[in-house]
Amino acid sequence: MSTATLNTPSRSLLGFYSTTLGKKLVMAITGFILVGFVVGHMAGNLQVFLGKEVFNRYAALLHSSAGLLWTIRLVLLASVVMHIVSAVQLALLDKKARPQRYVKWKSTKSTYASRTMYWSGPILFVFIVYHLQHLTTGRLHPTQPFPGYHMAYENVVAGFQVVPVSLFYIFAMVLLCLHLYHGVWSMFQTLGIAHPRYTPLLRNLAVAIAFAVLAGFSSVPLAVMLGFVR
Amino acid sequence: MRLILHVWRQSGPNAPGRMVRYDAPNVDEHMSFLEMLDVVNEELIKKNEEPIHFDHDCREGICGACGFMVNGVAHGTQPRTTVCQLHMRHFKDGDEVYIEPFRAVAFPIVKDLVINRSAFDRIISAGGYISTPAGSAVDANAVLVRKENADLAMDAAACIGCGACVAACPNASASLFAGAKISHLNLLPQGRAEASERVRGMVEAMNHEQFGNCTNIGECEAVCPKGISIENIARMNREYLSAIWSERPETGGGDGG
Amino acid sequence: MPEVLTTPITSPKLDSRIPEGPIQDKWETAKFKMKLVNPANKRKYNVIVVGSGLAGGAAAASLGELGYNVKCFTYNDSPRRAHSIAAQGGINAAKNYQNDGDSVFRLFYDTVKGGDYRAREANVYRLAQVSVNIIDQCVAQGVPFAREYGGTLANRSFGGAQVSRTFYARGQTGQQLLLGAYQALMRQVDAGTVKLFPRTEMLDVIIVDGRARGIVSRNLITGQMDIHMADCVILGTGGYGNAFYLSTNAKNCNATAAWRAYKRGAYFANPCFTQIHPTCIPVSGEYQSKLTLMSESLRNDGRIWVPKNAGDKRRASQIPEDERDYFLERRYPAFGNLVPRDVASRAAKAVCDEGRGVGPSGLGVYLDFADSIQRLGRHKIEERYGNLFEMYESITGENPYEAPMRIFPAVHYTMGGLWVDYNLMSTVSGLFVGGEANFSDHGANRLGASALMQGLADGYFVLPYTIGNFLADHRPDKLNEHCPEALEALANVKDITKRLISVNGKSTVDELHRQLGKVMWNKCGMARNAAGLQEAISEIRAIREEFWKDVKVIGTDDNLNHTLEKANRVADFMELGELICRDALTRAESCGGHFREEYQTPEGEAKRDDENFSFVSAWEYKGASINPELHKEHLTFEHVKPSQRSYK
Repeated sequence: MSTATLNTPSRSLLGFYSTTLGKKLVMAITGFILVGFVVGHMAGNLQVFLGKEVFNRYAALLHSSAGLLWTIRLVLLASVVMHIVSAVQLALLDKKARPQRYVKWKSTKSTYASRTMYWSGPILFVFIVYHLQHLTTGRLHPTQPFPGYHMAYENVVAGFQVVPVSLFYIFAMVLLCLHLYHGVWSMFQTLGIAHPRYTPLLRNLAVAIAFAVLAGFSSVPLAVMLGFVR
Repeated sequence: MRLILHVWRQSGPNAPGRMVRYDAPNVDEHMSFLEMLDVVNEELIKKNEEPIHFDHDCREGICGACGFMVNGVAHGTQPRTTVCQLHMRHFKDGDEVYIEPFRAVAFPIVKDLVINRSAFDRIISAGGYISTPAGSAVDANAVLVRKENADLAMDAAACIGCGACVAACPNASASLFAGAKISHLNLLPQGRAEASERVRGMVEAMNHEQFGNCTNIGECEAVCPKGISIENIARMNREYLSAIWSERPETGGGDGG
Repeated sequence: MPEVLTTPITSPKLDSRIPEGPIQDKWETAKFKMKLVNPANKRKYNVIVVGSGLAGGAAAASLGELGYNVKCFTYNDSPRRAHSIAAQGGINAAKNYQNDGDSVFRLFYDTVKGGDYRAREANVYRLAQVSVNIIDQCVAQGVPFAREYGGTLANRSFGGAQVSRTFYARGQTGQQLLLGAYQALMRQVDAGTVKLFPRTEMLDVIIVDGRARGIVSRNLITGQMDIHMADCVILGTGGYGNAFYLSTNAKNCNATAAWRAYKRGAYFANPCFTQIHPTCIPVSGEYQSKLTLMSESLRNDGRIWVPKNAGDKRRASQIPEDERDYFLERRYPAFGNLVPRDVASRAAKAVCDEGRGVGPSGLGVYLDFADSIQRLGRHKIEERYGNLFEMYESITGENPYEAPMRIFPAVHYTMGGLWVDYNLMSTVSGLFVGGEANFSDHGANRLGASALMQGLADGYFVLPYTIGNFLADHRPDKLNEHCPEALEALANVKDITKRLISVNGKSTVDELHRQLGKVMWNKCGMARNAAGLQEAISEIRAIREEFWKDVKVIGTDDNLNHTLEKANRVADFMELGELICRDALTRAESCGGHFREEYQTPEGEAKRDDENFSFVSAWEYKGASINPELHKEHLTFEHVKPSQRSYK
């Protein structure tokens, strides 16, 4: 079928990636991994409200197996890289697909969140780099007084007491919320999970996750700034 | 009523285009949008000017020939309406109306509002069919089709191939068009034999024609004059996923004999 | 005065090639006797198919499947846009899935009778026979016909038929069947057996040694004129309803291919047999560009009426029951609102002529659902006709649940067309014609849901056989594109184009076309008479003269130029219109869609004249200033004995 007019990409293992749909599948699967991480990360962060000891014990737990930790880190790193690479490739293709813009274009259905994925994504990337330097390695801010993970609680409190830093975190979480507001549902759609009975539930689930992530993550810097966590 | 039109004029595929302002002084509310343009064109011809070229044929909303952007929306702002069925009673005296062709690199402009949509034909020829030579069919009732599937297939098959989905998509993606045809045929037992080849072929053809990617934002289904749902895109994705899972490397087996 | 027609002798030039034998075996016998082309030789034959609708598209796909080298031409940007797509109601087939007494013979019988005994029995029988294969083929292609919960195909009764034999895909049957053919065609395009020429219009047929050997085409985007040579040519170019300017046809539907073939020697048969559909949305103004059909099924639940008193301008709701005239129910108590299309149309015209028409123009009658809504509930009506009501509201801005619809008849289908024999070959050897473009199996009136059936029958199941039979007799010789006949045709077409552009007058093409349409509609529409037709002929000549003196074609011929395309087509309508009137004048009887006021019963019903007019008129072109010559193919009816239709 269709060999006469098309150069069919080879049916090799990764041949699917040559299509936009293949790239989208990669985005959806990596997105799924990253959303899972984000939710887990948030659940971990919320332990900050349980006190210094619980939180630091949790941090120690995460570091208890270097093998596991690095496996997870590598999976996440690979996911982020693949998510970004495919996004960039798709964005370039999309730009080429409509070289001339409309003089007038009006949205009829799409949400603000869905139309800004290509903006929220890159800014979040910048945030992640910053965040790793800030709280994971601690290289960026000399304000982080306690090197290493043993005093994670103290580092968080010290880090978020700098108001501009906290505001940047909250801004990034608003963007993450937007990104997930569309992205989580879009992920299901790309993976082909759609059904009149479940699609509305999935949409609501996406919204719930997006706002839960916003609330959960932002609560920490807010609490630090307002002095609830010190 | 009187309207001010801003129309994209472009004399040929490679010529530069621009928006040109026209006065439409005697618009009757019962006119269709295309009849309004007919009247403007008659005036232009009388003034020795080239009329505005736009594709149209059946003017009943079924052939899919017509279609352009009206005030930034494919086929205009009335839902589930092609521009030939859009009537002027939805406009009011003094309105400014922006008219532009559907834009996508896969739909090159031929002239004014006329575009070349043969990319759609090539997507169909890459698998949007069931291979049944005339004469080879079994009795029509020999294969039972679940009513729900027949209905869903019909929902998808209602596509008129106008290209509004591509035009409305910020990425100029043809996913709704391809998804609708893949859904139509893959939902039917008659279409299952070629289901994997179909979805691979058509998805690859979309790429080949340089349509953009689907970001699941739903602009396409909102402007689709036949109300085709993006559930069909999800079905295409599902079929694609299953095709790439299950497909075997080409073995080059001949047909013997 | 019409000629006196007494002896029913078929012109020797019209050999219908009907096979011998009992009617039910004719097609089988013919198929067996047909010569075959060696499979290895098929690709050496070039076949041109003009048109990509049900007949053309299906023929091109099927011939490609067989291995011929096919070129398929369409003026549209894609084959999927052919006007077959607009058919709403359904497609008939003698499947008898409902166990309600249908059979091939009954479908045959109904079609011959419905056509008012002006069709060829053998052709109609074959049509009924292959109707069952069509449904099988379409289902296998993935046409999503309506189904029952058990998974079997659903049927409905349509157009007053006594059995449920109509298969349908919502209100979009034509679309789905066309897409089926289109997909089969695109499969062949992919396989390399069919080469597609979209946005390319056929402007002339090339005849070499009395045989059709190619066409001259114009690329609508570049204006390039090309010669395409072939071993045979098939026209599936549709009907000529747009000669009336306003019709339910697509705007670009035209008769140019058929007309140019006529001028090259193909006889034009029964041009006056045009079908006027009773349920269309009335004209709303001078700017009206086309008419929209509302499915005939609406008459199942709607009651048609006008005010009893002429000039009653009150709103429908203000007219009391006893001041309403339900004229179809009154005149035809047995069939009421379900009388055939031609009868309903004429009755509507009659009341409008009496000044009792409704709406701003006075050209309309009410189709009222109030009773049905009361009886069945709004929900039920919505379920049955929801999409049609929506369409009506979108076009007129009126809500048919609250106020009655206004409808008026409009030109819908043309039964006439190029004359063809049993093998669908015209009087020009090697020139085949399928679908609405041929004079067809519908006689003087087509039944609902039969157009789709005929188009696909011709394309999938008749032409693939008869083309092979023809080609087997002719060696595939590659004829030179520069042969004098081809160059002459090319020069002819270029000359027409040049003349159109050089007139540079003051009237637009549409203005002149509209003038023609008005004459056609008023004098050769639902009711015709000798005096009117004679006037029409001289008026059309005058308009034609004006056209060539005063038409204004803007732009050049080297790029996309809609005005030039239109002018080219309208030039042909200007000539065809005259032939339609001439044919109507000659046929001094009333039958089917052709109603001559002189020939009616005292109650105003059509009076057929089987003694003198049981024939097909086939017109031969004799030259620009010479009247065409009439040839007759006498019709005999062995199986369906002519009787007067009565719906009282």
